[in-house]
Amino acid sequence: MKKANPNGLAFLLDYVILGKIGGVCLLELFLTFAKIGLFTIGGGYAMVAVIEDACVNQKKWISHEEMMDLLVIAESTPGPIAINCSTYIGYRKRGIWGAAAATLGTVTPSFVIIFIISMFLDNFLEITLIANAFRGMKAGVGIVILNAGWKMLKKVPKTAMSRGIVIFGFGAMLLINILSLRISAITLMLLTGFLSLAVYRGKEGVQK
Amino acid sequence: MIYLELLLGFLRVGCFTFGGGYAAIPLIRDVVLSYGWLTEERLTYMIAVSEGTPGPIMINLATYVGSSQAGFLGAVLATFSVVFPSFCVILLILILLKNLLQNPNVKAVLAGMQPCVVGIIMATGAFMTLKSLRTGGVLDVRSVVIALILGVLVIWGKKLIKRNLSAIQLILLSAVMGILFYGIG
Repeated sequence: MKKANPNGLAFLLDYVILGKIGGVCLLELFLTFAKIGLFTIGGGYAMVAVIEDACVNQKKWISHEEMMDLLVIAESTPGPIAINCSTYIGYRKRGIWGAAAATLGTVTPSFVIIFIISMFLDNFLEITLIANAFRGMKAGVGIVILNAGWKMLKKVPKTAMSRGIVIFGFGAMLLINILSLRISAITLMLLTGFLSLAVYRGKEGVQK
Repeated sequence: MIYLELLLGFLRVGCFTFGGGYAAIPLIRDVVLSYGWLTEERLTYMIAVSEGTPGPIMINLATYVGSSQAGFLGAVLATFSVVFPSFCVILLILILLKNLLQNPNVKAVLAGMQPCVVGIIMATGAFMTLKSLRTGGVLDVRSVVIALILGVLVIWGKKLIKRNLSAIQLILLSAVMGILFYGIG
């Protein structure tokens, strides 16, 4: 590793951001993921396809096999898949700073757009046309969420245990909502997590 | 103090959103309503906006909630908090615990949580749909019609219009119907 340039700022620019050490530069990681963040609407799997195209096909940062491994990890860890992917790929290319640059890249476009919207939303809603559009969307949002859940349901393993947990989660959450109970969804998740641990503890071959 | 509440609230959300963006909606709804940060209606509006703007839903919602409660700094704090846990977990797996996800006990916990998340998402969708049908405690016929049309398109889209509409298309369609049914002002 080279000795630090006496001029701190120039060092930062040359070696850290522009990547004269260690291949891919932080700026490139940031910009690549910012582009992905900016041009994928709807999140989730729409983003996975774009990430794969950019990082596997074009930049060749990781192999297709590694991308598949990464998706398995992303599905089992908290947070949006796009964030998981950017942290992972950023780390692979440039260590912790790479992970930070790539993740910041994914977040920045959303942040800027929503921040601007948040400043004007109240004014927009005073326009009757827009307020009415939102009244219509209110009905749409629930249906879209229900549809997303339905698609996920198809991927749940067809074991009695998994199905039972889905029904429990659905029933308990609906009850919590209807009765305005102060029980968090997280409590339900922890409960079923521990239940499953108690049943499958130490056993290989959990049905996932 | 609002900054601390945003930090803790969104860290909690960030730690438990297993299963992608939609899993964040019930959790954020939980936090936002229990702290009384937004009304249910405003939150629903923002979920619609989040679906129709670039980037993960979780990030969009965190930025909006943070901004609405405590301006720019609030937005930064909420967004940071919601991303930080997932950032750390990935680094942890890459650096220290390469086989964490192969651990049978971890697998067992995840296998129990994931179906629960699906149930929670469906319950949230169902509840929000039912709630949208009423305005001020009275059944709103126009909302019912909008929800029915969308429901039919979701279930029989393949047969009726030979394609399944994406989330953003459904949201846009409901916006158009909102304007048509409630008037252009």
